[in-house]
Amino acid sequence: MIKVQNLTKAFGPKTAVNGISFSVERGEVLGFLGPNGAGKSTTMRMITGFIPPSAGTVTVGGFNVVERPIDAKKLIGYLPENAPSYADMTVHGFLHFTAELRGLRGDAKKRAVQRVVDTCFLEPVLYQSVETLSKGYRHRTCFAQSIIHDPDILVLDEPTDGLDPNQKHEVRTLIRRMGEKKAIIFSTHILEEVDAVCSRAIIIDRGQIVANGSPSELRNRSKAAGAVLLCVTDVPRQTLTDKLSHLPLVKTATLTREENGRVWVRVLPKGDQANRTLARNVSELAAQERWKVEELHTEEGRLDEVFRDITWSETDKAEETK
Amino acid sequence: MTESWGNVWTIAKRELKGYFASPVAYVFIVIFLLLTGFFTFMLGRFYERGQASLTSFFTWLPWLYLFLVPAIGMRLWSEERRIGTIELLLTMPVTTWQAIVGKFLASWLFLALALFLTFPLWLTVNYLGNPDNGVIFCGYVGSLLLAGAYLAITSMTSAMTRNQVVSFILSVVVCLFLILVGYPPVTSFLSNVLKLGSGLVESIAAFSVMTHFESLQKGVLDSRDLVFFASIIGFSLFTTGVIIRSHRAG
Repeated sequence: MIKVQNLTKAFGPKTAVNGISFSVERGEVLGFLGPNGAGKSTTMRMITGFIPPSAGTVTVGGFNVVERPIDAKKLIGYLPENAPSYADMTVHGFLHFTAELRGLRGDAKKRAVQRVVDTCFLEPVLYQSVETLSKGYRHRTCFAQSIIHDPDILVLDEPTDGLDPNQKHEVRTLIRRMGEKKAIIFSTHILEEVDAVCSRAIIIDRGQIVANGSPSELRNRSKAAGAVLLCVTDVPRQTLTDKLSHLPLVKTATLTREENGRVWVRVLPKGDQANRTLARNVSELAAQERWKVEELHTEEGRLDEVFRDITWSETDKAEETK
Repeated sequence: MTESWGNVWTIAKRELKGYFASPVAYVFIVIFLLLTGFFTFMLGRFYERGQASLTSFFTWLPWLYLFLVPAIGMRLWSEERRIGTIELLLTMPVTTWQAIVGKFLASWLFLALALFLTFPLWLTVNYLGNPDNGVIFCGYVGSLLLAGAYLAITSMTSAMTRNQVVSFILSVVVCLFLILVGYPPVTSFLSNVLKLGSGLVESIAAFSVMTHFESLQKGVLDSRDLVFFASIIGFSLFTTGVIIRSHRAG
């Protein structure tokens, strides 16, 4: 549904987005990650036709956004960053206004407004003016606007920003549910959201895509993926690390914590084969040595680690080339 | 075609509702009517003239509009940019052009309403004497066009900045310029002190709203004056579009 090819945007001498390409199909929820200023919002603004690209193309549902803007915009629902809305209007007035711009009239308009009011829980504030609303309600009002015409494509710029944990949960559930029938792109810097909602994630840094894959694929790129954490009592740490590092699959065994006679050791596997037999090998060794095991588990890679790894190293590389 | 006018009307309706949702509309109308009354009766010496005409009203209108029209138009685009709703508006399936015309029409309609509310003046002169109502009608047409021209200029300056005050000042300066180049003291300064040829002075004065407004006010419905106002409105709105597009292009 969305096809982005070599998209580039330069503001004067500064390149905000540099030759990125990806596509999103119906039924996919694409998470767009990246540090602040990485070019997430700029990319979304180009997809929705708010700013024209310096180079490259965006095709939405077969329409080129620059050549056929109106046809493309009809297919898209868009929640801009900071969820802007007209402060002097009531929620009711605002939703009717956007419904009309979406070409809805009469009964269809009323039904559409009622539907989004129900989905976004706006009933209690329907006749209040937007400026008197709390941030959460204001956010949901703008979100309601983006789904009022039941679009095939949703572009959401930080949809959970500024919401409380319950509201975040509601919005995530909503996005996941809608993602079954639509193509959705949403940006965030909350990594747990990626696991909760996305079928695929893209990490961008300094205007370029640095990682693209399903959340579990991305997690496996973490150094810690497949590591085994072991906690035992009353074993001298030297013996512990020595024995562990002599196991065939083990790369390193490092002490992580020591407390009241308990010792925690993280065992990293060799190479990329993050296989689960490592935990078995460790437990066999422990049984053989009669260690008192308090805790033993295989760690999953952590997204925030991957994120930091990728975006940091990219930044460092850029610093070095300077 | 119907769809695009539908969009223009939707945007205009929202804008108009916006005026009346806040005290802005009522404050503006009251101040406008008080000031027109003051200028017409006190400064314009409405009674002392002993004429059944609205000359004293129309003479002062360009000066009144100089401040009041930018006050109405200054928020048109700067506010949208400041709070970010421009991003919402222009990612809807509407063209920039529809948005510009919609917003302009809304403010123009509002100014037309304020102008219409001066009808007691018309009733007064008709009660006191037998004025030439054709001349008065022409004067009203001229006033409406003048308001439109100022408003289009304000729309342009409003698109330049996020700051309403800057937008207000810029438009007052531009409108003042358009008044002054045709103002008799200035034209006589040009010809007597700067010794410019009369042809040159006349063509400079032709850019003034005063020259064109005055002939309409005298009851001459000349197509050249209509074309003049229409071109100022067209040019300014077109420039508004260019400015908005250039902001988005970065």
